[in-house]
Amino acid sequence: MHPAASLIAFTTLSGAGFGLLAFMGLGLGVSRGWAGAGLFALGFGLALTGLAASTAHLGRPERAIKAFREWRSSWLSREAWLALAALGTLTLFAALRLANLPALPVGILGAALALFTVAATAMIYAQLRTVPRWHHWSTPAIFLAHAVTAGTVLTGFRWPAIVLLMATALAQFVAWKTGDARAAASPTTRESATGLGPIGHVRPFEPPHTGNSYLTKEMVFVIGRKHAVKLRALALALAYLAPVGVLLIPPHIVAVAFAAALHLAGTALTRWLFFAEAEHVLARYYR
Amino acid sequence: MTDLPQATGKRLGLVIDLDTCVGCHACVIACKAWNTEEGQSPLADMDAHGAHPSGAFLNRVHSYEVTPHDGTAPRIVHVPKSCLHCTDAPCVTVCPTGASWKRAEDGIVLVNEAECIGCGLCAWACPYGAREQDPAQKVMKKCTLCVDRIDNPALPEIDRIPACVRTCPTGARHFGDLGDPDSAVSRLVAERGGMALMPEQDTGPVNRYLPPRDKETELDILAPLLTPVTEGPKGFLGWLDRALEKLG
Ligand code: SF4
Ligand code: SF4
Repeated sequence: MHPAASLIAFTTLSGAGFGLLAFMGLGLGVSRGWAGAGLFALGFGLALTGLAASTAHLGRPERAIKAFREWRSSWLSREAWLALAALGTLTLFAALRLANLPALPVGILGAALALFTVAATAMIYAQLRTVPRWHHWSTPAIFLAHAVTAGTVLTGFRWPAIVLLMATALAQFVAWKTGDARAAASPTTRESATGLGPIGHVRPFEPPHTGNSYLTKEMVFVIGRKHAVKLRALALALAYLAPVGVLLIPPHIVAVAFAAALHLAGTALTRWLFFAEAEHVLARYYR
Repeated sequence: MTDLPQATGKRLGLVIDLDTCVGCHACVIACKAWNTEEGQSPLADMDAHGAHPSGAFLNRVHSYEVTPHDGTAPRIVHVPKSCLHCTDAPCVTVCPTGASWKRAEDGIVLVNEAECIGCGLCAWACPYGAREQDPAQKVMKKCTLCVDRIDNPALPEIDRIPACVRTCPTGARHFGDLGDPDSAVSRLVAERGGMALMPEQDTGPVNRYLPPRDKETELDILAPLLTPVTEGPKGFLGWLDRALEKLG
């Protein structure tokens, strides 16, 4: 699949933002005073920047509001509603906390909605039978793991962050391996795609078009797959190992910020791979 | 509402004969021309005369080389591909706006372009690559089975079929109700062992493809009928033929 910058920014930033806000909602992080205001600003900033980036992926962004309509059947629609509900609830929570009022029930509700939003984003991908690598419960699991890990890093909980970074690294590694296996085991072949299997072995002879098309650009993306192993190693180092290294030096706000930046950059790289490595069954018609 | 209808009255669709198709792409052009010049859903081209032309098409013809398992000579098979108007259309249920829908009366899968936000999720959900975003209008386009022809009383009866079917010079494309077991298309599918593409994707496609016939046995049967006619014309016609020949 085409690794669109808008979707990479969307899933990385809003995932981290909702993870951070969920942590604050649960009362696990400074939510009062200037420090609290700063963290709230960061959480809402990340979530909203991500959501804004997602509209850049739309052909007709001016109609984005219509995406709220079909929540009964569409995960994209559910995600829109959940994001709105999470942001609304957490705004109330932030207002109460910054006014020094107790707000834990509101915060817990907001945290749950924030995590459901991340899960709904992942379900947009996981629901697609056409992309065997995504079509699995591990897709929402990995998205949630990244959101929670980013939340821990951003709130500056050193040891939990170190543990979660290592755990997410392991989970991501396993997800890559099982994804490879799923992609290789896909029952959709050139033979089933053309129905010509009973006659013999099928080999592409002539494509339907000599140039690119929406289909080949969007779903038959191949560039970069041959570097996948190197990029995976780089992503593991950047997203998890480097932040762990930085967090191991004595606690300092700069170290936390640096670790968070590394983790987010690494997460963006894992998202690039998430799209670039995903094979759509349509490619069977072309290759 | 992007829920799928429980059952559709008719199940309109295409039956495409892979034995007859010669891969001329006439259906592709007829489709593009009808929708762009006559129909309600123009299909844009970008950089049409430049170095990187591309554009939206609702029908594309792939060609394959098929090598039989017994090692006999490979053959070329052309596979025209357009929306298969799936019974369990995944493209419809993923749509967040309700722009994608399946008509309850005949099962045709359509896009209400005014409602489409161009998110592209339906194109991701379709295993066949039957949906393309228009590069100019940025909304989703797909085969409509020419609803603006088949429903159009202003057209002569003979034209009230999809443009691709009307155009195909070899008669490889058939249109009809695949939900009615007695329709011409259903009988054709039963007779020729019509198949579904990617059945493992569980989309329940309505369109069917007729597999290429076994050429070897076929030729043995037809060969005697195809012996060249050697007799020249006789009588008056023979005289006329010779006279015209002399005139040069
Ligand atoms: S062929 Fe693709 S676009 Fe057409 S109904 Fe099936 S899934 Fe939808
Ligand atoms: S591109 Fe348009 S028709 Fe397709 S899912 Fe998005 S809104 Fe619906």
